[in-house]
Amino acid sequence: MLTTLSRKMLLCLTGLFLAFFLLIHLLGNLQLFLPAEEARLQFNWYSQFLSGNTFIKLVSYILYLSIIVHVIDALLVTIKNKKATAPYKKDSRGRASKWYSRNMGVLGTLVLIFLVIHFQNFWYVYKFGTLPLDSAGKKDLYQLVVTTFQEWWYVIIYVLSMVALCYHLIHGLHSALRTLGVFHPKYVRWFKIIGGVYAVLICTGFALMPIYIYFTTN
Amino acid sequence: MKLNLKVWRQKDRNSQGQLVDYTLDHLNPHMSFLEMMDTLNETLILNGEEPVEFDHDCREGICGQCGMMINGIAHGPLENTTTCQLHLRSFQDNETIFIEPFRSAAFPVKRDLRVDRSAFDRIISSGGFVSTNTGQAPDAHSLPISHQLTEEAFDAAACIGCGACVATCKNGSAALFTSAKINHLVLLPQGKEERQERVINMVQQMDAEAFGHCSNTEACEVECPQGISVLNIARMNYEYNRALITRK
Repeated sequence: MLTTLSRKMLLCLTGLFLAFFLLIHLLGNLQLFLPAEEARLQFNWYSQFLSGNTFIKLVSYILYLSIIVHVIDALLVTIKNKKATAPYKKDSRGRASKWYSRNMGVLGTLVLIFLVIHFQNFWYVYKFGTLPLDSAGKKDLYQLVVTTFQEWWYVIIYVLSMVALCYHLIHGLHSALRTLGVFHPKYVRWFKIIGGVYAVLICTGFALMPIYIYFTTN
Repeated sequence: MKLNLKVWRQKDRNSQGQLVDYTLDHLNPHMSFLEMMDTLNETLILNGEEPVEFDHDCREGICGQCGMMINGIAHGPLENTTTCQLHLRSFQDNETIFIEPFRSAAFPVKRDLRVDRSAFDRIISSGGFVSTNTGQAPDAHSLPISHQLTEEAFDAAACIGCGACVATCKNGSAALFTSAKINHLVLLPQGKEERQERVINMVQQMDAEAFGHCSNTEACEVECPQGISVLNIARMNYEYNRALITRK
């Protein structure tokens, strides 16, 4: 059996890897902001490049594994935590901490539900569905992205999910560094700021994509 | 002043408890919270009822014996104080006050507001000490330790083990207590000797006592009567990771 500290370490390492992946994912997807026809060719080329690359394939398996381990470990941590506590008739403990730090499980579940939708929208269709080809003969994932984000409810789901992800990241990054053992007051302060900025930048970047496409192609 | 109390009454560890209503009038606002509890008990005894059991000892805020959830907050609304240092002037006249025991799976209720905190004692016995032959007192300055370091160690050693951190934590984690007890030793040369075994044994004991995981909500530091810093928890994580990597 892992100790409580080792369980948190597993959560921390998989979480940090996932958070790092988000940056790469964001940078790649910035191509969506290019002028439409240029974006189509670039984005479709990029998608094919990623799906054909052995190294990326390997990383993607680590990514799937990280998601699964992060979810299962979080579930085990939450179950143990629930067992360790007993309810109060009157409970005002919330005054001492931030709501999102107490609700990482809820935020994480929202992000997981979003991931299922997100995988179904793009990953599943690209891998197992049929897509038309663009003028360069590549699978036209760009068209799928544009079609999806012409539906206003998808835009809302994506933007709200990024809000959930943002709060999950703000606490998660800060908490992960504590788990790693960063205890120097100066660096703790810096990392708290850097983590917050990272979370907001990543999530704003992702949230702008469906909004941009909805308003430029409708 | 007048107070309406809702006090947790529980016969023993295995019975179901419940909140019981009591009203006290003509209270002096400068009474301490525990004096108010004494007044309640005197009234109960005069009426032939069982007094409310609660823990207390020094009543000067340093022993860590007293501790109740007062209106859902460990040690009540005043920050960085123990229950005994809280006075009725912190409440409104005619206010309703919920008084419950500190709750956690590792702190079973023994009776009314008294909980069994011996899990903390077992964590200490698992490694919260230094193994030295004490002998005669050594020369005062034979071990050079900077003032900064002694202060840092003392900040961690200021933990009085009241259990407010566990009662406040939504996960029932004892990370703040355990880390404070690890760090006040590891910061000093005498304590550095057994740092690896200590952190591993104390963390294992903490887990064996059914405390939860720390999720860094930092609520413990806010409600701690001694203001023990959550950075102690980060340092415990550092010590633990270090021990896992370097231990033979």
